[in-house]
Amino acid sequence: MPDAYVAAEREPASPPPKQAGKQPLPRFHSPIVPRHSVAGRALVAVVAIMTFLAAVTTGAVVLVRSAISDWQAEVAREVTIQVRPGAGRNIDADVAKAAEIARGFPGIAEVRPYSKEESARLLEPWLGSGVAFEDLPVPRLIVVRVAADPAPDLAQLRKLLPEQVAAASLDDHRGFIDRMRTMGRAAFLGGLAVLALVLTATMLSVMFATRGAIATNRSVVEVLHLIGATNSFIAKHFERRFLGLGLKGGLIGGGGAIALFALMELAGRRLLGTATGDQFAALFGSFSIGVIGYTAVVVQIVLVALVTAAASRRTVNRTLETIH
Amino acid sequence: MVRFENVGLRYGLGPEVLRDLSFRIEPHSFQFLTGPSGAGKTSLMRLLFLSLRPTRGLITLFGHDIAMLSKDAVATLRRRIGVVFQDFRLIDHMTTYENVALPLRVMGHDEDGFRDEVVELLNWVGLGERMWALPPVLSGGEKQRAAIARAVIARPQLLLADEPTGNVDPSLAARLLRLFIELNKSGTSVIIATHDIGLMDQYDARRLVLHEGRMHVYD
Repeated sequence: MPDAYVAAEREPASPPPKQAGKQPLPRFHSPIVPRHSVAGRALVAVVAIMTFLAAVTTGAVVLVRSAISDWQAEVAREVTIQVRPGAGRNIDADVAKAAEIARGFPGIAEVRPYSKEESARLLEPWLGSGVAFEDLPVPRLIVVRVAADPAPDLAQLRKLLPEQVAAASLDDHRGFIDRMRTMGRAAFLGGLAVLALVLTATMLSVMFATRGAIATNRSVVEVLHLIGATNSFIAKHFERRFLGLGLKGGLIGGGGAIALFALMELAGRRLLGTATGDQFAALFGSFSIGVIGYTAVVVQIVLVALVTAAASRRTVNRTLETIH
Repeated sequence: MVRFENVGLRYGLGPEVLRDLSFRIEPHSFQFLTGPSGAGKTSLMRLLFLSLRPTRGLITLFGHDIAMLSKDAVATLRRRIGVVFQDFRLIDHMTTYENVALPLRVMGHDEDGFRDEVVELLNWVGLGERMWALPPVLSGGEKQRAAIARAVIARPQLLLADEPTGNVDPSLAARLLRLFIELNKSGTSVIIATHDIGLMDQYDARRLVLHEGRMHVYD
């Protein structure tokens, strides 16, 4: 019977690959889940874009936090002595004495009194340049840079100064630093909230894209189910395939973000010393997201890949439930 | 092998599409399942390959009450059943060889152990030179034969074929019928769902006739 069957109804066949006149043995090369599909490529694109956005947001949050921390440290390293003019007082002598007291105080790295002209220039943005500052009771400033180690006892200096120079007072910028700290914390928390939203959007997008990709493979799930594959067998193959797709997308998006940050860091170093570079450095410090930032991006890549795999398993299991 | 006792099936809150079905499928038996369109043939086939659960009654398959089986046990039991779908259901990204070998791979068999068997079967159904071809380039007859080869490769104890000759010309239909008869002679119980009277007249076999959801058996 088989021979008769074979002889009949033979239709034009594609020639099998031959090697030296001998037909090669067939092999089971194809994966259970198709490797290349439009839906798979779309999923990789969605994962890549969302991972890139999440990584850039993470980097931005890390940069803001680091810049605020640098600003705070910079401001905290500097205090100001203010010498007010008073009737019957020689303000130049008061400035010189206050500067001398500060220089002799332990923990002070540098003392620089502002001249009368420099003090006047500080007021120009508010009063204009045509004002005769000689007639105004303009206070004089002494900028004092404190040493990191040993740190000066600023409370003692604040007490000592008015005792020696009645018109002098010390401003350690505490109020400004407190306001800056509050602002910095608000900016950081705001950044974290945006990051949380971006991460949530990333996870949801990846889950929906994964569902869409699996919907296109529903026939494969059904056939496997009907020829006796267990649910775990089917889910395992889909999970493995989608973990690969998630990792691919994550590496493209996260890798792109890492490359972007590395380029910005490099450009920041190159521009250092120029006006633009100094401006950026003043705003963002070294423009580096550091080990923590890069680690966070890598964690996101892995997380997105795991979410893709988990979403595929869940979707396959739900598909199998609907087949029942 | 298969026992139905007072089985009923309804979809959702609709009317019963199958009513009080009671019959047996014996080992090594051959039967046609027939009836007019909409009589419930495909629903009964789905009950037989465990794709549906009855809304009432008892189905025993290979000695197991299917209502008591876990999902994994159902999957294991399904491996003893070969199914030829009306629409073939071949997987498009796999070659003919891979489609036919798929049930064995799902069972975890080693390819070195089953390759020769798959090639032999493909030659037997006339697809020896098409084993590298993908389903989209196969003709209707070739797809039908590939689907049959996939259904029988794991030597099932029960073979279900839903309208296996629905898409082929009469001469190929006759050849496919002879293939099923050969399989039956080698020990497989066969159920062919068809409304092709001409096909049934070619072989004297038991007929299970469905009409308005009820079954009439003609031995």
